[in-house]
Amino acid sequence: MGRYLLRRLAFLAVSLVLASVVLFVLLRMLPGDPANALTSVGAGPEQIAAARRSIGSDRPLPEQFTHWFGQLASGDLGTSFVSSLPVGPEVTARLNVTVPLTLAAFVLAILIAVPAGFVAAYHRRTWYGALLSGVSQLGIAVPVFWLGMILIAVFALNAGWLPSGGFPQDGWAAPADAIRSLVLPVVTIALVMSASLIRYVRSATLDVLGSDYLRTARALGESFGTAMWRHGLRNASVPVISILGIELASTLLGAVVVESVYALPGLGSLLATGITQHDYPVIQGVLFVSTLAVLLIGFLADLVQRIVDPRLRSRLSGGAR
Amino acid sequence: MTPTDLLARPAEPATGRRSRRRSATLVLGCVLTGLVALLAVVSFLWLPYSPDDTSGGRLAGPGDGHLLGTDKLGRDLLTQLMTGARIAFGAGLGSVSVAALVGVTLGVLAAFAQGWLDDTLSAFLDILIAFPTLLLAMLVVAARSATLGSAVLAIGLAQSAVVARLVRILVKRVLTQDYITAARTSGTSWPRTVAGHVLPNIWPTLVVNLALQFGLAVLAEASLSYLGLGAPPPNASWGRLLQEAQATFTTAPAGALAPGILLVLLVIGVNLIADGLRDVLDPAGRGRRT
Repeated sequence: MGRYLLRRLAFLAVSLVLASVVLFVLLRMLPGDPANALTSVGAGPEQIAAARRSIGSDRPLPEQFTHWFGQLASGDLGTSFVSSLPVGPEVTARLNVTVPLTLAAFVLAILIAVPAGFVAAYHRRTWYGALLSGVSQLGIAVPVFWLGMILIAVFALNAGWLPSGGFPQDGWAAPADAIRSLVLPVVTIALVMSASLIRYVRSATLDVLGSDYLRTARALGESFGTAMWRHGLRNASVPVISILGIELASTLLGAVVVESVYALPGLGSLLATGITQHDYPVIQGVLFVSTLAVLLIGFLADLVQRIVDPRLRSRLSGGAR
Repeated sequence: MTPTDLLARPAEPATGRRSRRRSATLVLGCVLTGLVALLAVVSFLWLPYSPDDTSGGRLAGPGDGHLLGTDKLGRDLLTQLMTGARIAFGAGLGSVSVAALVGVTLGVLAAFAQGWLDDTLSAFLDILIAFPTLLLAMLVVAARSATLGSAVLAIGLAQSAVVARLVRILVKRVLTQDYITAARTSGTSWPRTVAGHVLPNIWPTLVVNLALQFGLAVLAEASLSYLGLGAPPPNASWGRLLQEAQATFTTAPAGALAPGILLVLLVIGVNLIADGLRDVLDPAGRGRRT
């Protein structure tokens, strides 16, 4: 396990460096000099040149990259071209919204999907089993922003129980208000996420229910519950864990639409503004932090899988998969 | 053997009840998709109003010359929904074509790659897949301009990673088969082996996956349009219609509900077609997913 951990960590570091190179190169392929964002419409060549000098976009690309990467290594995400504020604290402030939003939605989705997926598989021949599968089919097809709009109309505009959007100016200073403004976004993401999770849980459960080892355990006298707990759960959780990792990563970043519906100051909306303003340091900063999160989540998912499934541990491969 | 041989192969005789339920899935999927497709086709021949006709009253309710009412600019909602159906199909078909073209090529190449090249390619695909389609799409749209073309290209490219990974696994499995060795020892070149033996054998699984990608692409395009990064006005994408109707949800609910319902119908329709196709095209997998 120790050897595996070392190899996996090395892989993590290498992918992070590679990803940041790719990121940097891709972003420089965007048309339009970022200096344009700094100067007014009628700016003369000297003013543009001065703007380019001030943000360093006149220097050769490799030099820009080493500069940026050197800053990164010391934990500095650079300074926004547009607002001239450091990107790091801005990203941290946004994470204060996005991380609780994502994690709460993730936990809620698991709490919904695991029992529902199990019931949909175990009682697949009953009407409620079929209904659950049907509802999850429906849930996959519902656009997340439309669900958000409907929830706002029902629970905020009609019933008036919850705010229809926004986040307290002073953030988490008043926790009750902050939580109230996150309830609907969390429910929105969780419902959509659980719809697709139910399918995976259901098919993993079906595989377990039809397995020889479960039948053997039952034949040896274990009750269904014990056999499921001791053998079924572990086996079913292996494929589900890797799906969970991908879902968590994509929700962290994909929250951009939900953040837009509920006007939340999250990481996604920071990125969206960054893109429209060609604010490279902001885009780079957000994407770098996201890449780090995506890779870390993948790393944790792999690790949890190996803890759950001893068969993975005995394999000698320590590569990407 | 050509792909059509495989498709035309008579289905194995399944037990009556099961096969009927399976074909019901396919039929229901075709009906739902067909209804939306009909809207799109009819929109080319006839529209209730011109798309930029703002003669109707603002936010008029259903009836009174406008079957579904009008939007906040007085445009007919049904007309907008019909032109939106075109965009939805265009986005779905376009993105899936890009995803199939790039994904199959990359996937086949990755399957033939050995050692570190294979490791690097699959690690690269893994990282790419971990990033949400929508985010990659936003980057491509930012690099180009916000048009339907960029949205389609962006979604297709983002999806091609998923297709490539699937194709890589499928091709690797096929390459270990005896008939590949037989084809190779009888002197068939690699390109001909891929075209004649590999692709026809991965075709069923690939088609099912592409149908699912179609649904995802339609949803992704709607999300991009909702964020204002899709086709610019007056091309009424359903996502844009929803975004415009959000502020008037309680006063004019038709505008905020109808485009969403059509989106759901279309996506469920193609998902059901994918499920139905999986059962028809992949007899080996029968009985596993009931």
